[in-house]
Amino acid sequence: MQLELRGITKRFPGVIANDKINLTLKTGEVLCLIGENGAGKSTLMNVLYGMYKADEGQIVLDGAPVVFMSPADAIAAGIGMVHQHFMLVPVFTVAENVVLGVEPTGRLGSLDIDKAREMVSEVSDRYNLNLDPDAIIEDLPVGVQQRVEIVKVLLRDAKVVVFDEPTAVLTPKEIIEFFEIVKTLIAAGRGVVFITHKLKEALNVADRIAVLRRGQVVGEVDPETATESQIAEMMVGRPVQLIVDKKPHAPGEVVLEVKNLSVLDADGRTMVDSVSFSVRAGEVVGIAGVQGNGQTELVDALTGLRNSTRGMVALDGQDITSASPRVRHAKGIAHIPEDRQRQGLVGGLSIAENLVLTRYHDEEFSHGIVMDWPVAHSVAEKLIAEYDIRTPSADIEAGTLSGGNQQKVIVARELSRPLRLSIAAQPTRGVDVGSIEYIHSRIIKERDTGTAVLIVSTELDEVMALSDRLLVMYRGKIVADLDPKVTSAMDVGLYMAGSRPANAVNA
Amino acid sequence: MKIVATLRKVADRIARTSSFQITLLAVLSAMVVGAFIIILSDINKLQNGDILGAIKTVGSAYWALVVGSVGSLRAISATVNSATPLILCGVSVAVAFKAGLFNIGATGQMLAGGMAALWVGFAMDGPGFIQVPLAVLAGAVGGAAYGAIPGILKARTGAHEVITTIMLNNMAGFLVLWLLKTNLYQREDRTDPISKFVTPTGRLPRLFGFLSDRPDLVAHAGFVVAILAVIVYWWFLIRSTTGFEFRAFGMNADAAQYAGMHTKRLTVMAMMFAGAFAGLAGSAEVLGTYGYGSQNFAGDIGYDAIAIALLGRSTPFGTLFAALLFGALQAGGRQMQANTDVPIDLIVVLRALIVMFIAAPLLIKAMWRIKVEPASLGQAFKGQGS
Repeated sequence: MQLELRGITKRFPGVIANDKINLTLKTGEVLCLIGENGAGKSTLMNVLYGMYKADEGQIVLDGAPVVFMSPADAIAAGIGMVHQHFMLVPVFTVAENVVLGVEPTGRLGSLDIDKAREMVSEVSDRYNLNLDPDAIIEDLPVGVQQRVEIVKVLLRDAKVVVFDEPTAVLTPKEIIEFFEIVKTLIAAGRGVVFITHKLKEALNVADRIAVLRRGQVVGEVDPETATESQIAEMMVGRPVQLIVDKKPHAPGEVVLEVKNLSVLDADGRTMVDSVSFSVRAGEVVGIAGVQGNGQTELVDALTGLRNSTRGMVALDGQDITSASPRVRHAKGIAHIPEDRQRQGLVGGLSIAENLVLTRYHDEEFSHGIVMDWPVAHSVAEKLIAEYDIRTPSADIEAGTLSGGNQQKVIVARELSRPLRLSIAAQPTRGVDVGSIEYIHSRIIKERDTGTAVLIVSTELDEVMALSDRLLVMYRGKIVADLDPKVTSAMDVGLYMAGSRPANAVNA
Repeated sequence: MKIVATLRKVADRIARTSSFQITLLAVLSAMVVGAFIIILSDINKLQNGDILGAIKTVGSAYWALVVGSVGSLRAISATVNSATPLILCGVSVAVAFKAGLFNIGATGQMLAGGMAALWVGFAMDGPGFIQVPLAVLAGAVGGAAYGAIPGILKARTGAHEVITTIMLNNMAGFLVLWLLKTNLYQREDRTDPISKFVTPTGRLPRLFGFLSDRPDLVAHAGFVVAILAVIVYWWFLIRSTTGFEFRAFGMNADAAQYAGMHTKRLTVMAMMFAGAFAGLAGSAEVLGTYGYGSQNFAGDIGYDAIAIALLGRSTPFGTLFAALLFGALQAGGRQMQANTDVPIDLIVVLRALIVMFIAAPLLIKAMWRIKVEPASLGQAFKGQGS
């Protein structure tokens, strides 16, 4: 099967999301679609999957033009999609989830669960997916859930499987397993489209790489010959510094001291289990770990958004265990939250308003009950220039900015004042390469001025590159305290998965 | 709570998608559908095959609406009088909505405020320049106090304000009934639940009082209070620190908490502000329109206000115009009923249709063949952070 996108153009008010895109998808190969956020990858795939109708251009299937009015049409044409956020029913079994919508039925329309089980086992065996049809989804690790999604599209007879940022939620080990699955799919004659913003993965797995920038395909590169910096430059449109440039650190006095801290989640489960560590001035401490191992709760407890049940948090020797977020803010703690859409920004407020979101009550911006918007505005203009936030004006809604620019708004707000401690959770999640470079340099600059920095990230490359000291969190405990300069990513990956390397010396 | 989530979605959608154009077309669409209803309900003429006559009825009914609402000084006075409590209650719902809360309790808060204002109104006897402001203020305080109850319940226990305000509306109704039978409130020579008269010095002055030969112009200074309230609301949202907190909290409660805002305090404050505006509506009614308190002086105004706030997208001036439109329909509807056989209930239908059309921008788009960007239909693909 060969699927061609010819001259696809999709406009939204004020933007051309896809501008005359030509692209060919074939069975038997991996096409990697790489580009910054807002480059038009998602829109293009929505067009392909029948979610959007293209304003211009056509989709050609094996030489004949086709029109997809809905995802059902796309599925019928042999296009399968594995979404970044899985569409599974958590309390159903694997088999039940897989057949949802295409249930094999017995007499009187009853669900033939044995048949369903058989179908799942058959596909699972053929592609080496190793799935138990009777397992309940919510008991399964994310990597396995993803395989359930893969079986779903295979059972619907997808010739070309599109993966949207498939590795974002996986551990390093699961990523390797995932790449094996991709190879099996190709060997079985299917085609794979792989959407990502991670350069390494693209080079690793792709047969062809198409680079998107501002709605256009700016080029196709051959992964055999291309380099990371070459692709990054195509994505951003200028040379990009991919390696974090930092001087050796000069740690000073202890700024943050955490002792035996325990934190529960909303359901009363212990998510942070008697954790102790410290962060010194002028030092970046990274916390690596697979998502959901207590990092979120730890950061919440450190920033005052969640109560701890036990233990102590001290800043400069002062107990702040039960201080409110505002008190902590006043003491010089900055917080770049892990979810900028949910916590870090108010999408409906303007950029200027978001730039003072945590500081509006400062003397500088409000006099008694009256806000001083002119001052806030001039500060906003200054920050927009200084932090290179790409926007036509400080008055537009923050929600309309691209991910990278939204993150820059948060970084600008949080780092543009004298600080003692800066806590950054997933500081570059979903941020484009150009902005990542900038945000990383800002964080290192903050360290160099003597701020204690705590980075929490599930991106192993990121914590390894930024940290002077690396802690690994697993099931609520800190299981390793490593020097990133002498530790391999593979070893850190093992700690993240709960095991330890054979030659472990640390921890 | 599914209904609440749906309500919120609808309100969000309206807030995001409807432009002035949509509002206008929604009103127009409602009038068109209303015309059909008038024709269909004119059974006599339809049976006689007198289609032309039925259409004529539509013309005269709508003409009566215009004449009855803005056609004369008297009509304008009636419009202003109807709009006054609608503006205040509209602002009440709007300010709560800005903070992310649904105030269904404007009726109860209006009753509470009205009873407080009433007491100052009959217990004092001048001088007017003290008594009137004091009575109006009492209305605001009474409403705020009553609004504080659901606010505190929500902040302390998480009880949803939609449920609690509806319940409190019922309770306010019976509280008023009981109060009107006490010696404190009940008019001396009466056995039914009706209050003493507000002293002449305590009445809100009539707007057209300077025209001594026109006692039929009922509009009163409550309208000035309402306009002031809109301006205060506007100033509060745009300029005040707390207004900024309200907006941030209303749009994204998680972010507000992250930013260190005292979200529980904001919840209570938002309901108190909402109560205060509704309380002012109560005082305008008893001190201006009626001059005494009866069992049901709040009517359905508190519920109409929800539609008004939605229609006005909770903005200060949008709410004002929506309330004036509803007030005009109310005043014009009385004229319509008098001039033609079309009952005033048509007004209720028209209002419902307007709100329905506003809530369905895609319908408007289809009907009038215009390009309106719909609210996002959701994407299959969402790039991280996009």
